[in-house]
Amino acid sequence: MSPSETRPPETEGGPHVRHGGSWDLLGSEISVLFRRRRTWAMLVAVALIPILLAVAVRLSSSTLDPGEGPPFLDRVTQNGLFVGFTAMVVAIPLFLPLTIGVVAGDTIAGEAGLGTLRYLLVAPAGRVRLLLVKYAGAALFCLVATLTLTVSGALVGAALFPVGPVTLLSGDTISVTESLLRSLLVAAYVTVSLLGLAMIGLFISTLTDVPVGAMAATIVVSVIAQILDVIPQLDWLHPWLFSHYWLGFADLLRQPLDLGSFAHNAILQAGYLAVFGALAYSRFVTKDILS
Amino acid sequence: MTGAGTGAHQAQGLAIETRALTKKFGSQTAVNGIHLRVPRGAVFGFLGPNGSGKTTSIRMLLGLTQASSGSISVLGQSMPTRLSEVLPRVGALVEGPAFYPFLSGAANLRRLDTADPFAPRRTRRARVQGALERVGLSHAAEKKVHAYSLGMKQRLGIANALLLPRELLVLDEPTNGLDPQGTREVRSLVRSLAAEGTTVFVSSHLLAEVEQMCTHAAVMSVGSLVAQGTLAALRQVGETRVHLRTPDAAGALRVLTRLGLEPARATNDAADAVVVAPLGDTNWQPEAIVTALVAGGVRIRGFAIEEPSLEERFVALTGEGFDVAQ
Ligand SMILES: Nc1ncnc2c1ncn2[C@@H]1O[C@H](COP(=O)(O)OP(=O)(O)OP(=O)(O)O)[C@@H](O)[C@H]1O
Ligand SMILES: [Mg+2]
Repeated sequence: MSPSETRPPETEGGPHVRHGGSWDLLGSEISVLFRRRRTWAMLVAVALIPILLAVAVRLSSSTLDPGEGPPFLDRVTQNGLFVGFTAMVVAIPLFLPLTIGVVAGDTIAGEAGLGTLRYLLVAPAGRVRLLLVKYAGAALFCLVATLTLTVSGALVGAALFPVGPVTLLSGDTISVTESLLRSLLVAAYVTVSLLGLAMIGLFISTLTDVPVGAMAATIVVSVIAQILDVIPQLDWLHPWLFSHYWLGFADLLRQPLDLGSFAHNAILQAGYLAVFGALAYSRFVTKDILS
Repeated sequence: MTGAGTGAHQAQGLAIETRALTKKFGSQTAVNGIHLRVPRGAVFGFLGPNGSGKTTSIRMLLGLTQASSGSISVLGQSMPTRLSEVLPRVGALVEGPAFYPFLSGAANLRRLDTADPFAPRRTRRARVQGALERVGLSHAAEKKVHAYSLGMKQRLGIANALLLPRELLVLDEPTNGLDPQGTREVRSLVRSLAAEGTTVFVSSHLLAEVEQMCTHAAVMSVGSLVAQGTLAALRQVGETRVHLRTPDAAGALRVLTRLGLEPARATNDAADAVVVAPLGDTNWQPEAIVTALVAGGVRIRGFAIEEPSLEERFVALTGEGFDVAQ
């Protein structure tokens, strides 16, 4: 501790210079998120889903009848490009929401649990800026998780099965290149599907200082939404559930391309972003930081 | 008192001023209408027993929690309304350090530095390096924080407050968990910062520490501010005393009484007694008292003039009881 080098405080009350720090904080948030072993473990697990699926199908001798098992599974042996689609269908109801629940539930509550929230806020990160950066990080994770699944599916599918022009649900055939573009479109669809849940997670995360609680609550919310979605008596509610269009990406596998469900889904998710974003904002800007 | 920081003492208003600042948690009043006045350039000791409301006050000063009532101004601006202008000029350590255990010390500081919109990216690495050097952590800079000891984390917390030159430092128990060297270094660090003109607001319950580094102090008790002022003024209320060790207790009592003092035996050991006498408003010089004692045939083993200690004042203000007040 040499008592020499710091200069005297800057001119009192004088205007300080901003340095475009928002991007710095976002960069730091992303690097902290993706430097955590937990994040990598979840991405590895996501990548393993298509791998397990492909290996299981490859090793089993029995052939599936069309329509048996998850959608597209029966087509996998004929065309490896279906591995990714099948894996997506398998991962959407539980596994992807689980990883989003962990990341989004951790956003604010994780910082509160570590105590770093108070240091971020006295830095001062600004409460609104911190919420935005945290949400951007969670949204980026949604994208990375679905892309991981898509890329892993394409690679393992190509490695274990024949790859060729893909016959779509509508009966038309598209080239390999176009089918890869379609799988990116599916990844985009699923990413958008998860954005509403991520915002719900962010809101729940502002309610507590215990990250595990926020994570569990977010996951439970996604499970409940899907349960409600299969109760016929509640069909008036179904179009309002954030999980309602989760499996609707089959429309992206038709010719001509039907973007209707993509748009519906996007509008619904935007509604969730607005509502839960507003809730998270109103909760967090007035919250007493006692952690 | 060591005169720390008095050189840089500028009477240019208040760094912190609160008016009737109150914080209630449900029915409990954690901070009860305090009027803090921290002059610029001061090293201000914020004293009080456990649970007296120090950290709660600091959280309100920094805009982490909302006051139930009352107002705050920090560096001349009202808080929390002008938070985004005030906080870049303030460095803080609040209720112990907190870091990402899976990042290295240096990476932690860089992370927190990005949260400050006024911290230039260009100089970030150099500033982090400099702050780590200042707290003696250069060698552990790349070590993960989960492998840090308590004192190392505390030092890292102080380094975080020093990432930029600050006008005000708010340090909540900065020497908690530090070894004697660390404690001394924090003291000298605080003095050097004060000499550069930084106002330092430091909460503590270590009175000796406050006596050694502060120019001003305030005492909290059960949520209320029971005293505040310069250290000298706070101590003045106590008494300066003669403290004498002698085998001739009876003679000493006689001589001191003749000088107009009111001596009392502090121990009953006849062969090696301790006699204590408040100087009161008599104007005896110590050497005159010693001369009188020697002339009266009293053998002196030890003689001292005891300045009133902050501890006595503190105990008088906050009570003897050990139990945490509710
Ligand atoms: N989150 C909270 N909810 C309810 N009461 C609280 C909370 N935080 C603090 N308190 C109460 O407020 C009072 C003051 O606490 P505070 O942490 O400010 O004390 P302190 O002076 O910093 O003590 P210490 O020297 O132990 O750090 C205590 O009685 C405590 O029980
Ligand atoms: Mg405290």
